Amino acid sequence: MKITLGMVTPSGGSRANKTGAWRTAVKPRFLQKNCIACDVCALSCPEGCIFGTGQKTYYANEDFCKGCGICASVCPVHDIEMIPEGGEDA
Amino acid sequence: MLKGRMIQGCRAIAETVSLCRPKVISAYPITPQTLIVEELASIVADGELDTEFINVEGEHSAASLVLGSSATGVRVFTATSSQGLLLMGEVVFNIAGMRLPVVMVNANRSVSAPLNIWTDQQDSMIMRDSGWLQLYAENNQEACDLIIQAYRIAEDHRIMLPVMVCVDGFVLPHAFEVVDLPSQKEVDDFLPPFKPIYSLDPDNPLTMGAYAEPDKYMETRYMIQHAMEASIPVVEEIAAEYKREFGRDSGGLFEKYRIDDASTVVIAMGSMAGTIKDIVDELRAKGGKIGELRLITYRPFPKEALYEALKGAQNIVVIEKAISLGGSAPIATELRSVFHGRPENPRISGFIIGLGGRDVTVEDLKVAIEKGQQKLTDAEFVGLRTDLELEGINA
Repeated sequence: MKITLGMVTPSGGSRANKTGAWRTAVKPRFLQKNCIACDVCALSCPEGCIFGTGQKTYYANEDFCKGCGICASVCPVHDIEMIPEGGEDA
Repeated sequence: MLKGRMIQGCRAIAETVSLCRPKVISAYPITPQTLIVEELASIVADGELDTEFINVEGEHSAASLVLGSSATGVRVFTATSSQGLLLMGEVVFNIAGMRLPVVMVNANRSVSAPLNIWTDQQDSMIMRDSGWLQLYAENNQEACDLIIQAYRIAEDHRIMLPVMVCVDGFVLPHAFEVVDLPSQKEVDDFLPPFKPIYSLDPDNPLTMGAYAEPDKYMETRYMIQHAMEASIPVVEEIAAEYKREFGRDSGGLFEKYRIDDASTVVIAMGSMAGTIKDIVDELRAKGGKIGELRLITYRPFPKEALYEALKGAQNIVVIEKAISLGGSAPIATELRSVFHGRPENPRISGFIIGLGGRDVTVEDLKVAIEKGQQKLTDAEFVGLRTDLELEGINA
């Protein structure tokens, strides 16, 4: 492999490297009860790995989620909770 | 008769930067750099330069902004001093690591505490290991010439490293001197538009300065060291081309002043070198075999060229406006390593002078030169006051 000046690499590395393995012991669970599709969880996610297209459709891509809990903390309708790793799927 | 016009250093530097046509300028004002940035802001506000002049809330942001702008493939400029350079610190290393040809003027100033706004070279000396080339100007003419050359060196595809042009604070930017500034056409002919190797483009995304694990990081440092060494002939080549085009000896690795048959050679960087030349002339008139080597390119440290230039000397007196606290005089230390284990091994003495803007007087310089010819000194302070009680030393 070639090391370029300034360690320039092709795009897409962040998608290819599934960094969800670094997650803390918890992950978000989207309750899909009170969701108003405000998008605040997705906008607040530092990994940009929360997606949704309408009420009660939001989910976190666990291949990248680090379990920081910001989504659960900012959700205005308390529709996300953090659950132990290995618990019910988000 | 001198060509050029009487102009303040800061204005001359700003006009020179303008002639280099940077597309983005970002800097945060700090004494004694402030006037350079103010003059640049005026030039941009007057519509004389098509550039984005971006105000920021501090030096970390200024450095980050020119880093990002340079990564998009445009020529950039920033300037700072002292605490500002320290605040830029991590970005300074990032710019070099990302191989971005940023050019910065550092108006050399002491480092706090105690707070002191006057000139010495401790600030840029701290950044010597960052991967930036460092060029030190003796006067405003040279500062301007070095800025133009700095872009050529930095953007050379064999190098692709940032360059810091260091000017002694106040002594240069605040002084009025005659400076011969080239025309826009002359600079355009010498300095073509920047052609990046890689650049950020939303339509063709890539990652710069990516993560490197232990299996790759070391190679990136080897590559910078290699580029630094490769830049030594490039610095000389561009200075020679500059002389051809502009008719002036400016830049290069160092300036030799009457050293060919000298048994004692004084080494200095920046503005005090001019005073030392006068001393050399005075001592020469009395029969002394003395000369001066004014170091211009401190990074890369031109080891082989220095050995060749200095190997005939018996005494080398290095006079510095910086100290490695707990260590020694930085340039003297490195120079000793150049001579270590070689057939010629002159005595290399280090002296510290003019910290925090203390006047570098002819008398103090003569004290250092005299002592350096008599004995080996490691990092001896000259010009210290003797009328003060210093707690922990004599009080």
